Amino acid sequence: MGENLPALLYIAASILFILALRGLSSPETSRAGNRFGMIGMAIAIATTLFVLENKGLGAWVLVALAIAIGAVPGAYIARRVPMTAMPQLVAAFHSLVGMAAVLIAWAAFLAPRAFGVGEPGHIHLQSALEMSLGAAIGAITFSGSVIAFLKLNGNMSGKPIILPARHAINLGLGLLILIFIGMMMTGEQSWTTFLWLTIASFIIGFLLIIPIGGADMPVVISMLNSYSGWAAAGIGFTLENMALIVTGALVGSSGAILSYIMCKGMNRSFISVILGGFGGEDASAGAGAEETRPVKQGSAEDAAFIMKNARKVIVVPGYGMAVAQAQHALKEMADLLKEHGVEVKYAIHPVAGRMPGHMNVLLAEAHVPYDEVFELEDINAEFRTADVAFVIGANDVTNPAAKTDKASPIYGMPVLDVENAGTVLFVKRSMASGYAGVQNELFFRDNTMMLFGDAKKMCEEIVKAL
Amino acid sequence: MQATKETVEEAARAAEEAAKAAETAAANATTNAEAAAAAAEQARTFADQLAALAASLSGPSEFVYLLAIFILAIFVGYYVVWSVTPALHTPLMSVTNAISSVVIVGALIAVGADLADSAAGGTSKLLGFIAVALASVNIFGGFLVTQRMLGMYRKKER
Repeated sequence: MGENLPALLYIAASILFILALRGLSSPETSRAGNRFGMIGMAIAIATTLFVLENKGLGAWVLVALAIAIGAVPGAYIARRVPMTAMPQLVAAFHSLVGMAAVLIAWAAFLAPRAFGVGEPGHIHLQSALEMSLGAAIGAITFSGSVIAFLKLNGNMSGKPIILPARHAINLGLGLLILIFIGMMMTGEQSWTTFLWLTIASFIIGFLLIIPIGGADMPVVISMLNSYSGWAAAGIGFTLENMALIVTGALVGSSGAILSYIMCKGMNRSFISVILGGFGGEDASAGAGAEETRPVKQGSAEDAAFIMKNARKVIVVPGYGMAVAQAQHALKEMADLLKEHGVEVKYAIHPVAGRMPGHMNVLLAEAHVPYDEVFELEDINAEFRTADVAFVIGANDVTNPAAKTDKASPIYGMPVLDVENAGTVLFVKRSMASGYAGVQNELFFRDNTMMLFGDAKKMCEEIVKAL
Repeated sequence: MQATKETVEEAARAAEEAAKAAETAAANATTNAEAAAAAAEQARTFADQLAALAASLSGPSEFVYLLAIFILAIFVGYYVVWSVTPALHTPLMSVTNAISSVVIVGALIAVGADLADSAAGGTSKLLGFIAVALASVNIFGGFLVTQRMLGMYRKKER
């Protein structure tokens, strides 16, 4: 095989990856897009196998074995994982990409000749830089994603863990990593240098994520998505491989855009999310005053009666729906309402749930047609014409304080205008304030009825009452 | 006779001097040859250095070409991702995750490398093997879970 054919095949793989992302512009084209992605990946792997320098049967058997070891659990997990566990699954997958990048950088460092980047101990300056960056970003992605996984999976408290002087520690570690990269480039290419570089990067990834709280996870998970792309690009530059560089750039910019969208959805700057600590002691201190005002409490029967007699109901799902796994019961309720001639729509806030698009996937899992589900900008004006806003497991994203109260920590955040609906029904377990630690003024309004209880049980009871 | 003897002596002295001169010349020639050889060696080293310099100069041009691809791909990614509907942001994350596992290419190179190449070749191969397995979890898991999710997005049945 000549030099050009593999390069052309890598370009073909890159184009297929671009089409995979392009397909996601609408649900109809998305399935074809995903298939393009699979074909692209198959091409990239097959091309590499045919240009291996030692492509004996032995190497191929070894590769097939390694792929099988990964493929079996991968396929099993993909089939079995519940949709509510998607955020932690994605975090776990990010950690694998990060770790793979670290291992590949090490493999290239130990056997530079095989990778065409120089001799052991005398790796080309530029390759040393690329490989160091690949290892460092990969390591940060790995340890950061592991922490994100533990937090999302509930193995670790979602509360931010705040170390004293953490900014100074992080800054020091960052400088240390730069020094190690410098040493790698100026000829001090001992494996201990590379090891310390890797270890420092693991530690900083860990420290960067532990102070970030649960509701900021949509930003964190998008950011780690972005990092995994940059790590792949770093490896791509080391190998001078086009498919890797293009993919790294695509994934890197995708994650960056998602982080930006999530930050905008919370009206928080990216820097303040990364610095962490939101929703911790400083935020909850503001909500210290005990609430004594009366709220109107209702039963499932009351809710069923109100919604049955409504013309239009807008459902606002939040993280609470995911926790209670209430999406199927909710869909059943909506179907019954539709039989009563009620128009049902769903309104999704950009940061509802724990990852971008989390609510949409859960509703899709419950067979809610996607043309009944609307984004904030598209439906916000419609609350005025709705008789009922059914808020299930959401709180902060409906809080009008974000529009009026300049002192509120969520001031400026885009919110769903549920208060414009005739009646607002809140399904909540208790009166506890939301993640931001802010009391929701809406609970005390005359047209609000609180439905205390587990989101799933409440929906099932409403279904019975209907 | 006296004159003849003197002449002979003179001739002998001259011959001696000539021999000495020849000897010096020979010595000089050796030195010169050595110098020439040294100069040639220097020239060769210099040429090698020039070649190395030229190689290192052509290095950046390759790098710049890859960098250009990288930057253009970031722009492509920017526009493509903004066109993704927010409803599909979760599948976007899982599919980007799957395609970033194309780093498996690097791991395959490590597994398929010549073992005789370097002292740490065995370790390199082992790391590559583990990396292939990790990336495969992602490739299969990522694409299949995306497929499963996308299969759930249905339009109103009417």
